[in-house]
Amino acid sequence: MQTVKMVVTGPFSAGKTEFIRSVSEIDVVSTERRISSVAEKAVKEATTVAMDFGRITVDDDLVLYLFGTPGQKRFDFMWEILSEGMLGFIVMVDSTRPETFREARSILETFRAYAPTPYVVAANKQDMKDAWEPEDMRHALRLDLKVKFLPCVATDKSSVKNILLELLYSILAEMENGEK
Amino acid sequence: MALRGNLRDFTITQLLNLINLAQKTGTLVVEGPSETAQVAFRDGKLSYAQVGQSASSLAFILHKTNKISSGQYKAIQQRSSQIPDKELGLMLINAGYMTQEDILSNLQQFFSDIVQRLFTWVEGLFHFENDILPPEDRISVRLDLENLIIEGSRQMREWEQLQDEIPSLDMALKFTDRPGSNLRNINLSVEEWRVVSYINPRNTIRQIGSATKMNDLEIRRIVYGLLQAGLVDICRPEGAAPIQQVRVFPTEDKEEQKTLVNRLISRIRSL
Repeated sequence: MQTVKMVVTGPFSAGKTEFIRSVSEIDVVSTERRISSVAEKAVKEATTVAMDFGRITVDDDLVLYLFGTPGQKRFDFMWEILSEGMLGFIVMVDSTRPETFREARSILETFRAYAPTPYVVAANKQDMKDAWEPEDMRHALRLDLKVKFLPCVATDKSSVKNILLELLYSILAEMENGEK
Repeated sequence: MALRGNLRDFTITQLLNLINLAQKTGTLVVEGPSETAQVAFRDGKLSYAQVGQSASSLAFILHKTNKISSGQYKAIQQRSSQIPDKELGLMLINAGYMTQEDILSNLQQFFSDIVQRLFTWVEGLFHFENDILPPEDRISVRLDLENLIIEGSRQMREWEQLQDEIPSLDMALKFTDRPGSNLRNINLSVEEWRVVSYINPRNTIRQIGSATKMNDLEIRRIVYGLLQAGLVDICRPEGAAPIQQVRVFPTEDKEEQKTLVNRLISRIRSL
């Protein structure tokens, strides 16, 4: 059995666990713990402390694993471990919480330093009324126009599929460019 | 009980506060990630500091602060290696080369800079040696710690923010290809120009910092400004060996790898 993996990363409460949950064929193996910090508890009740793990069986011989990283900075020692051997990565950004954009940018730079693999950035929670426009977010995140920055709703399977496909197209394009 | 411990448990700010409040006399030795600092205090006031093996001699400090040229520094070293700092100071004053205030302010600035650097050290061991002071021939100063602590705390917050913005100094910089932006129309400081002159995807930020003699905080500060102004972008250094040697695909064959990605695409589409 052959396996490949992709990593879903981003700041605290960006929607990484939901993203994996939307497409995984198994119940996401999650290492969520109840939040103790009052400030973070105002955002959500539980958070990932080690990783999330989802699976998509491609055929008899190939399986895609999806790993979600913990969003809180104090668990960042897990990031490098999870990034090892990844095919590509997705940076999730909560479109409704501009206070996390700077951290998202920092996480993106950290993962770029780990591995020169393709990546896409997903503007999650685009269905919320106070979501920032993707174009404004692109400026705020200082993303180059060449970087794929895609609107996303992590609870919507078709939206998640689109993100995964865009990442795979980038991987394919890079392989083809590498041959030239 | 000896004052010793780990910076993770007891920060530089806490240490300086303690030395200040207890009006301690002695030398604080901090073994940082790559170098060791020795900072001496008299009655809770900063009197002397050095990092690494190079003792903070007067000639060394005046050279570091660009008050004397490399040639002058060498000449002083050759002629006065046996002359104590106090005597050398008097010689410079008598020769009309510097005033006493010049010398003292240079020493104060140099020692303060070393202490400020310590605020960025979050890992390392420390111990405080009571009553041990720098050699008699060194010129010591008397600097209140309160301002250093306030400034250091401010820098620490800035340092944390800059680390978030620029987590790795092993990445390179490239100019953004935004139409209409022209560096000549932008007011840059001398330090910024020095950094700009080294910007090239082949040079890491760490290498630029080293070439321009800037510490991690200084180079991060300038790169942050250039990033915010949209003048540069962070990129992977050209020609650098891939950091990750871990196998990404289960096969080495390029065609098989492409087939594998196409299989993944088909599967995701069918979800």
